[in-house]
Amino acid sequence: MSDLSADDVRKVARLARLRLDEAEVEAERTRLAAVLGYVERLQQLDLEGVEPLTHVGEQTNRLDADEVGGHLPNQVLMDIAPQTDPPFVRVPKVLGEGGGA
Amino acid sequence: MSTQEGVRVALDRIASDDLNAFLDVRADEAIQTAERVVERVGAGEDLPLAGVPVAIKDNICWGRTTCGSRFLEHYVSPFDATVVERLVAAGAIPVGKTNLDEFAMGSSCEHSAFAPTRNPWDKTRVPGGSSGGSAAAVAAGLVPLALGSDTGGSIRQPAALCGVVGLKPTYGRVSRWGLVAFASSLDQIGPIAKTVTECARALTVIAGFDQRDSTSVRRESEDFSAEIETPVQDLTIGVPEYARSERNHPGISAGLERAIKVYRSLGAEVVDVAMPHAEHGIAAYYIVAPAEASSNLARYDGVRFGRRAELAPDEGLEDLYAKSRSEGFGAEVKRRIMLGTHVLSSGYHDAYYLTALRARRLIKRDHDEAFETCDALLMPTSPDPAFRLGEKTEDPLALYLEDVYTVGVNLGGLPAVSLPVSTCEVEGSTLPIGVQLIAPAWGESRMLRIARMLEREVGFECTPALGSG
Repeated sequence: MSDLSADDVRKVARLARLRLDEAEVEAERTRLAAVLGYVERLQQLDLEGVEPLTHVGEQTNRLDADEVGGHLPNQVLMDIAPQTDPPFVRVPKVLGEGGGA
Repeated sequence: MSTQEGVRVALDRIASDDLNAFLDVRADEAIQTAERVVERVGAGEDLPLAGVPVAIKDNICWGRTTCGSRFLEHYVSPFDATVVERLVAAGAIPVGKTNLDEFAMGSSCEHSAFAPTRNPWDKTRVPGGSSGGSAAAVAAGLVPLALGSDTGGSIRQPAALCGVVGLKPTYGRVSRWGLVAFASSLDQIGPIAKTVTECARALTVIAGFDQRDSTSVRRESEDFSAEIETPVQDLTIGVPEYARSERNHPGISAGLERAIKVYRSLGAEVVDVAMPHAEHGIAAYYIVAPAEASSNLARYDGVRFGRRAELAPDEGLEDLYAKSRSEGFGAEVKRRIMLGTHVLSSGYHDAYYLTALRARRLIKRDHDEAFETCDALLMPTSPDPAFRLGEKTEDPLALYLEDVYTVGVNLGGLPAVSLPVSTCEVEGSTLPIGVQLIAPAWGESRMLRIARMLEREVGFECTPALGSG
């Protein structure tokens, strides 16, 4: 499981929307493989019939009243956005050419 | 000393700090807050933390909040975290933001994008992490109180490495609203101070239900310091067998033995407990935490806030995401995002992620079973005292293994407190040694009394040799 190829690293970087240069791919391949090799020791445990524990909270969903709560005014969101065309946030072209990283 | 004088003293000390404990100091705001506290006290308000200068870890929203990341270098939070509101309501005076490993991912503060914090006991050594700035600031006497966050030991381990007290509350005890999310099922905010009692007083203020955090638990409010001087009778302390590892630094083993001796001298029974799955905590944690982080950090896309990369004319939205993230995140954050993405990806999800969640249940069960016979567990906070800057930066796994004794608490959602018990000599430096006590969920009050029993006997004084190294 911990045999991690350079292509595996490139694939996971792409899924995570990260770009690595070739030197980084090789350096991270070694480091990630070491961590994945270490965590393989979990396979030694007898986990037959053990339910996954996603969260320690005993409570299930809490229902809040269906009413409008505090929220930030548009101007505040415009102030922290990198590029705006109020009341909107500007992004590069989404459709047509220019997609696909 | 008046409130304003107290704040000025803290600000003066911070100004002469050469540890890089603070990323941002808010002197004007602190002085204004101090003036309001004086007015409120004058008007007869009873403020439990009146005039106490407090440092805030920079992943807790209050004004400019960088998380130690280039991605958020210029980000100013439009709201304050619940814990900051509660501290201010209680009369405390936030004075600045403290350094951390980027997005709280690290155990040495070396992963901060804005240079590491140094350990006040030896400036060539790390303060621990990720709340290294907060722990160093308290240890060096810059502030009496600081907030940290603990996802896998990030309050307790730096507290141990800096010779101060760090408290990680039960999951759901303290609101996470305004804490920048790293691993949401593990994260919890807590105090760092020089004494158990000061941590208890701070917890009393910051704890409590908050509608804005969906995992906040509604419970009766408690005064955690009210009975802190009352020793716990008929005490049974469990020492997990895996915590007596030969891998521990001799100073760490000696610290643990000293604590055991103190409890025995106080009439407590100290027993070994097996906890066969607990040593697998580190493997489970380094699947669960990166998995949650990879999801939580997907929000940093360069669109709505934070860093946005410059694009070439032919580049589009996908390029914007990938370039902004690649420029904005440091190597360790990228590594954890990739690790988390890998363990959640198609074909690996069951083998890694579900296996880790099953192991998580067994680890929690080990703790639950230990608490059937023990009032608290006692173990080292970390296997090593403060290590040298750069010593572990090339080998991420070696750094991850420093968390071996802290992650089980987060996987189980339990409260724990680290306190200093002794010092040891390492290569000519005197370094503090911490131990931690772990209690059943919601057992902070009793746990802090048990910790106070040890603290009183040990009489540790936090006197870092400032100027050495």
